[in-house]
Amino acid sequence: MTEEIIIAGFGGQGVLSMGKILAYSGVMQDKEVSWMPSYGPEMRGGTANVSVIISDERISSPIINQFDTAIILNQQSLDKFEKSVKPGGLLIYDPNGITHEPTRKDINIYKIAATAKAQEMGISKVFNMVVLGGFLKLKPIVAPEFIHKGLEKSLPARHHNLIPQNEDAIEVGKGLIEAVQVL
Amino acid sequence: MAKELQLMKGNEAIARAMIASGCDGYFGYPITPQSEVMETLMAEKPWETTGMTVLQAESEMASINMVYGGAATGKKVATSSSSPGISLMQEGLTYLAGAEIPCLIVNVMRGGPGLGTIQPSQSDYFQSVKGGGHGDYQLYTLAPASVQEMYDFVFDAWDIAFKYRNPVLILSDGAIGQCMEKLYTRDFTPRWTEEERRKNAPWGTWGKPATRGHNIITSLELDSAKQEIFNHKLQAKYAEMKEKEVRYEMLNCEDADYIIVAYGSSSRIAMKAMQMAREKGIKVGLFRLITLFPFPTKQLNELSKKVKGMLCVEMSAGQMIEDVRIATECNIPVEHFGRFGGIIPTPGEVLEALENKIVK
Repeated sequence: MTEEIIIAGFGGQGVLSMGKILAYSGVMQDKEVSWMPSYGPEMRGGTANVSVIISDERISSPIINQFDTAIILNQQSLDKFEKSVKPGGLLIYDPNGITHEPTRKDINIYKIAATAKAQEMGISKVFNMVVLGGFLKLKPIVAPEFIHKGLEKSLPARHHNLIPQNEDAIEVGKGLIEAVQVL
Repeated sequence: MAKELQLMKGNEAIARAMIASGCDGYFGYPITPQSEVMETLMAEKPWETTGMTVLQAESEMASINMVYGGAATGKKVATSSSSPGISLMQEGLTYLAGAEIPCLIVNVMRGGPGLGTIQPSQSDYFQSVKGGGHGDYQLYTLAPASVQEMYDFVFDAWDIAFKYRNPVLILSDGAIGQCMEKLYTRDFTPRWTEEERRKNAPWGTWGKPATRGHNIITSLELDSAKQEIFNHKLQAKYAEMKEKEVRYEMLNCEDADYIIVAYGSSSRIAMKAMQMAREKGIKVGLFRLITLFPFPTKQLNELSKKVKGMLCVEMSAGQMIEDVRIATECNIPVEHFGRFGGIIPTPGEVLEALENKIVK
């Protein structure tokens, strides 16, 4: 099993930390992992993305341009990465702020209204965990107990009291994700 | 060796390895994409635990000269920077080599020339192994290709540096520096005690016992005849490194018709391209350089007698390829593929270059 993922959105949406939690969970489950962020000027310009690879084998290139899964959190990232999903691959997006829906018919497209849901829950910070939950529903590549350990490792000790909240958000995400038919 | 599993950036791994390997001092100046080295050291506060000194100097020139001063006493001293900062250190590096001072320098390369970009690049190969500073000198140069190697090579660097009394360069780039991967950390090697330092660095400027004359650390010799003798001694040392300390990794080379030669992050991309080629039925192997100096000349020469062509993949306009061509004595076609200026080639581009330039 090798899963090559891009997570892309605005800086501040928790893109890098979502990737880190997923990667750390993979480490805890004894998988090979890599986490390769965009850094530098584009980060300062407002968009952020990270490539995460989780595999049973030694990972060759941590730098990739074709993805099994794209998790897309804003329009710029949708425009940039929709074409980079492998045929038969998965695209997950949050419809918040999306004006041009994805159009490809050779990939599986799902949407998850995580921004709206997190606001409704009154804890907008767990937005990224809602999205992660949606992804894990479709591709349970890491088991829940290892996600728990991944959260413990990724979050500083002073934030460990927030772990149950994050795990609840993951569960909410699992129920929220829905398939999109491209006509 | 007790192993603890963590997820960590390459730059952070360098810093943690410095602390864990008994480093006595770090002097540096911040620059992207290696700032996490000093950030991690400052956050870890090793001066409270191991007693290691960590100092942000006023410039890269100051850092490298602080390294000279500290390391001349036989202590384990390190610095790190990225390409433009390493250029500023070149005078210090040739003095360190000329004075035979063991130390560790880490270059997390970015695109050049000049201030260039802050994205990953490998265009400092010439600077690293062909001088950089003036005079006939060499730095033992290690090229890590993973976060684990970023960590492990710091430990290896001290062994080589003190064995040969020579500066060691870890030549990395922004991709490996910024990437997070799994890392097995090691038990702490304590810093040397005063007695250990005197034993391991008897040449150091740590004081003059009555039993011997002054230890003098200098790269200056006004008598040309003596300087030539000294140059011969340096060359003998480099020859011994070439004989004993070459490191490389060969993947799928046994049955290969074609070879990709690469180091550092390029070798990771090349590995993926190799797998893609194999899926298409093209027998490709990967020769990954671990030491850039000493260069695996003999090994590449032998390999060139068994294959039909080699593709050198570097994030530069073609630097390492010169040494590959010398090693293979132009027996077979050796071509270059690279992206530069901070652009990272994709595995697909590497495969395409392999098919167009070598396989044909």
